[in-house]
Amino acid sequence: MIVAQRKPVEEIKRSLEGYEKILIVGCGTCVAVCLAGGEKEVGILASLLKMSFRMDGKEVEIGEVTVERQCDKEFVHPLEENIKDYQAVVSLACGVGVQFLSEMYDDKVILPGVNTTFMGSNEGEGVWQERCRACGDCVLAKTGGICPITFCPKGILNGPCDEINNEKCEVDKERDCAWILIYQKLEKIGRLDNIRKMFPARNYQINTRPARLIHEAYQKYEVE
Amino acid sequence: MSFKEALDSGKFVVTTQVGAPRGTNIDKMIQHIDLLKDKVDGLIIADNQSAEMGVPSLVACHLIKERGGESILQLTCRDKNRLALQSELIGACLLGINNLICITGDYVTRGNNIEAKPVFDLDAVQLLQTVRLLEQGKDLGGNELSGAVKFCTGAMLIPDPDTKELQLINLEKKIQAGAEFFLACATYNMEKFKQFMSYTQTFRVKIIAAVLLLASAEMARYWNDTVPGISITQELIDDLAGAKRDMALEKGIEIAVKYDKVKAILVNVMGGITRCDEVANGIVSARGDGNITVPLVIRMVGTNEKEGQEILAKAGIPFLKTMEEAAQKVVSLVQEGA
Repeated sequence: MIVAQRKPVEEIKRSLEGYEKILIVGCGTCVAVCLAGGEKEVGILASLLKMSFRMDGKEVEIGEVTVERQCDKEFVHPLEENIKDYQAVVSLACGVGVQFLSEMYDDKVILPGVNTTFMGSNEGEGVWQERCRACGDCVLAKTGGICPITFCPKGILNGPCDEINNEKCEVDKERDCAWILIYQKLEKIGRLDNIRKMFPARNYQINTRPARLIHEAYQKYEVE
Repeated sequence: MSFKEALDSGKFVVTTQVGAPRGTNIDKMIQHIDLLKDKVDGLIIADNQSAEMGVPSLVACHLIKERGGESILQLTCRDKNRLALQSELIGACLLGINNLICITGDYVTRGNNIEAKPVFDLDAVQLLQTVRLLEQGKDLGGNELSGAVKFCTGAMLIPDPDTKELQLINLEKKIQAGAEFFLACATYNMEKFKQFMSYTQTFRVKIIAAVLLLASAEMARYWNDTVPGISITQELIDDLAGAKRDMALEKGIEIAVKYDKVKAILVNVMGGITRCDEVANGIVSARGDGNITVPLVIRMVGTNEKEGQEILAKAGIPFLKTMEEAAQKVVSLVQEGA
């Protein structure tokens, strides 16, 4: 899932300067799971902003609404009724949701309320770990299910680098070198031959931004 | 003799690194180049060493070449993508710089511009492959070159025989990718180094061991913790930590003579904070213990230089004023002994 972190209230408040009718829109999927932008967090942010504006002696109206997903038109369309009475909208979705709202409601001010950080797994209560960088050319088949693009800060394919220090990563000495983990896994499953071969330089052409994908079954539809 | 010829000759090859400053005042670097260029087989200039921005390796190598020295270019994958790396290799060749070390490179946050975007388009193995490809007249995009490059190419290694098979796989990949020589990280354990060398003898590559001078137990611990690949034994750290106050020099000499391969000791003092008279007293006392069985040469300049020299003269210990004289003296004493 996509992991995000709420921006500091002060930063959100600064971006709202000059608006008196503000709507906070939560997203009930990824950012709700990572406790950054679900219904509960919408309520918390609304309370914090209300208190803060009141302490400044300002009368600001703050509305709250949460949709299932902000990255799907069918969930964003019904917001039209909610949004029309507000001057500015703070979206607590990831960057995808913020942009989607901004595009669909192009006469409205749509502001981000979270920093989108990574794609990762839930490792325990309140702990998330990045697991995938969406490189578009998955090498996990060769690296024992451990991603060197993600777990090695340098993302190198013929590791380890020369900066490995007592099997730990140069960047964080509490963390095992990604290539040590890959080696251990491949040794366990008898596939060390995978990393004896050279990995060629990656093809970054496939990473040209923005990425766009049309499922083959729908390609004709898209052209029309 | 070029660095490549020196490597091929089978002689004991000596290289050293010259620091590249952060700025346009290069007086000190030039002074170091001039002092060293005729005394070693190659002068290495690191490529933004430890992710700290400085004079480019290629420019410094060119200055070395202009002054008649043999330079070794270092290229890291941290700061340049494959276009920049390949064009730099062509540029180096045009400037007559044909010695090269390919490294992946320290991570950006290690250095002094920690907000920079790390590149790592290639890794060290892929960079070595790229050099060999350019030598065949092709670039990574599959395009023909209008003239090929030629390099004597090396890489880095950690000389630890206890190292995981993984690192040996990586070493073999580097050799397969085209590494002709390796620069080893600084090593402080001769037994382990010997074991490691016996492993590498199965390959036709040259290994250059590195020396970094240790000044204290704190420094040793700090390097162990922060400098990748460096492993200073607890025994040596304990030895250093065991030096009594004002007895550091005696301890240093004691550690030096512990190793039977040590043929002579050169004490080089450029006293700033260190006072020459204190050092001189230390030398006299160390010699008095009768532990020193190899020739001892001293070069001493700096704070309280006269007092220091008087102490040495009184004890009948010769000293020299320049590093050059001292180095020549120690070499001739070793040769006489051999």
